[in-house]
Amino acid sequence: MRLKFLLPAIYILFLLLPIYWLLNMSFKTTNEILGAFTLWPRNFTFDNYRKIFTDPTWYWGYINSLIYVLMNTVLSVLVALPAAYAFSRYRFLGDKHLFFWLLSNRMAPPAVFALPFLQLYSAVGLFDTHIAVALAHTLFNVPLAVWILEGFMSGVPKELDETAYVDGYSFWGFFLKIFIPTIAAGVGVACFFCFMFSWVELLLAKTLTSVEAKPIAATMTRTASTSGYELGLLAAAGVLTIVPGAFVIYFVRNYIAKGFALGRV
Amino acid sequence: MNKTFNHKGWLFVLPVVVLVAFNAIIPLMTVVNFSVQESFGDNVFFWSGMQWFEQVLHSDRFHAALLRQLLFTAIVLAIEVPLGLAIALAMPRRGPWVSVCLVLMALPLLIPWNVVGAMWNIFALPDLGLLGRLINGIGFHYNYTRQPLGAWFTVVLMDVWHWTSLVALLCYAGLVAIPDAYYQAAKIDGARPWAVFRYIQLPKLKHVLTIAILLRFMDSFMIYTEVVVLTGGGPGNATTFLSIDLVKMALGQFDLGPAAAMSIVYFLIILFLSWLFYTLMMQKEET
Repeated sequence: MRLKFLLPAIYILFLLLPIYWLLNMSFKTTNEILGAFTLWPRNFTFDNYRKIFTDPTWYWGYINSLIYVLMNTVLSVLVALPAAYAFSRYRFLGDKHLFFWLLSNRMAPPAVFALPFLQLYSAVGLFDTHIAVALAHTLFNVPLAVWILEGFMSGVPKELDETAYVDGYSFWGFFLKIFIPTIAAGVGVACFFCFMFSWVELLLAKTLTSVEAKPIAATMTRTASTSGYELGLLAAAGVLTIVPGAFVIYFVRNYIAKGFALGRV
Repeated sequence: MNKTFNHKGWLFVLPVVVLVAFNAIIPLMTVVNFSVQESFGDNVFFWSGMQWFEQVLHSDRFHAALLRQLLFTAIVLAIEVPLGLAIALAMPRRGPWVSVCLVLMALPLLIPWNVVGAMWNIFALPDLGLLGRLINGIGFHYNYTRQPLGAWFTVVLMDVWHWTSLVALLCYAGLVAIPDAYYQAAKIDGARPWAVFRYIQLPKLKHVLTIAILLRFMDSFMIYTEVVVLTGGGPGNATTFLSIDLVKMALGQFDLGPAAAMSIVYFLIILFLSWLFYTLMMQKEET
């Protein structure tokens, strides 16, 4: 039975190795990276991190990314809440078709939409703004949020709604004061998933921005191509993109799987 | 749940419909527009009918990319699903290690996709990377930037690294949801571990496994960023999957007509898959 723990342990080790290597590189000087193969940094240096935190083109990449990710999360969850309620409680004309249509957008390959998005957002004058990326990411985040919330809401018995109406609550009073606190965990999970998918998606974010709202990913790509082989700097930037994710995982660790199953485990 | 008929439901979904329609329908119509027209620049367009569709559907380039895509998806599913299931079965159910496992396993899922690519690019470099050193050290000649086979190996390994956790987490959630009474009954009947797995755990996991397989199928079908950063679709065209080929055609060469036609074919494939997914999921919920 003891041996049973070996498989997850080996797997987690395998997960951590590339991350360790990135961390290792980020603390090395460029000379050491190119000069010798070492398993840990010999000349431990914070220079790469210092450069990122002092150079505006670098740290603004992070701020830009965080701005559009947060905008997208708030927007997606706000519009998804009433819609998910409708899908979980009411039957209405075309509801199943509508749900399927939403679902199909979660499955749309961003590559298909890259060029039309560029034209659309240029046409409405939003190119290179945070709101453009936030709006573009709703394409797959809103359906996802509706899905997850609908799963959580369907787990709440309808008697709750009816009791509240008997007690004299108006619909919105009930929805805001009773229903949303009841499914708070679901709202948290939906926020987490919107944050996550907006944070990791880059094809659209890169296509829709040039200077003002450039995400960190684009900054990294530029560094990789123009300044040659600054692997240490690139590694440090990579490590810093892992931090927000690792931070938010901790809060939803018990709900991650339920979220991925779209609230349906 | 008994749902009441209430067409006011439309008012509740209206914001979502408007928002998604803006992002989905307008771009989709743009693509449809490009796919049936010919342009010589300066925004002058001519009707060209089904020409681009015929060209794309008969081109070797599309066939090759589609074949690579199918092969990649098949390999990735064949590794990730059994591995994820095995890890979920072996994970501890209670105690302090549960949280540690869950958090560490979810970590790759939250790394931006280009960073995943960049990380593996560094990790697998034959001279500077740990993996590259290791493989060359045990006697294999390995260089993913030169050898098609090496590139495939790296891309598949990266995807396994990136997404097996998703399958494992889903299966784990499914396993935890099985009531203890089932296991006690199995114990009384003297069931062997294999029988417990085959007749209790596997049937109970059917639903989450369906979700996991289909999510992995669709997401691996759309893979773009990680591979572009890791190999750039090379060496040659060895790891040029559908999305990569599409972006090369549309943004690289500005062959808008063929690219749009290919987008639509690609989108129809995905649409068919999501329909399959939806039907399977709804079937499960009705039973």
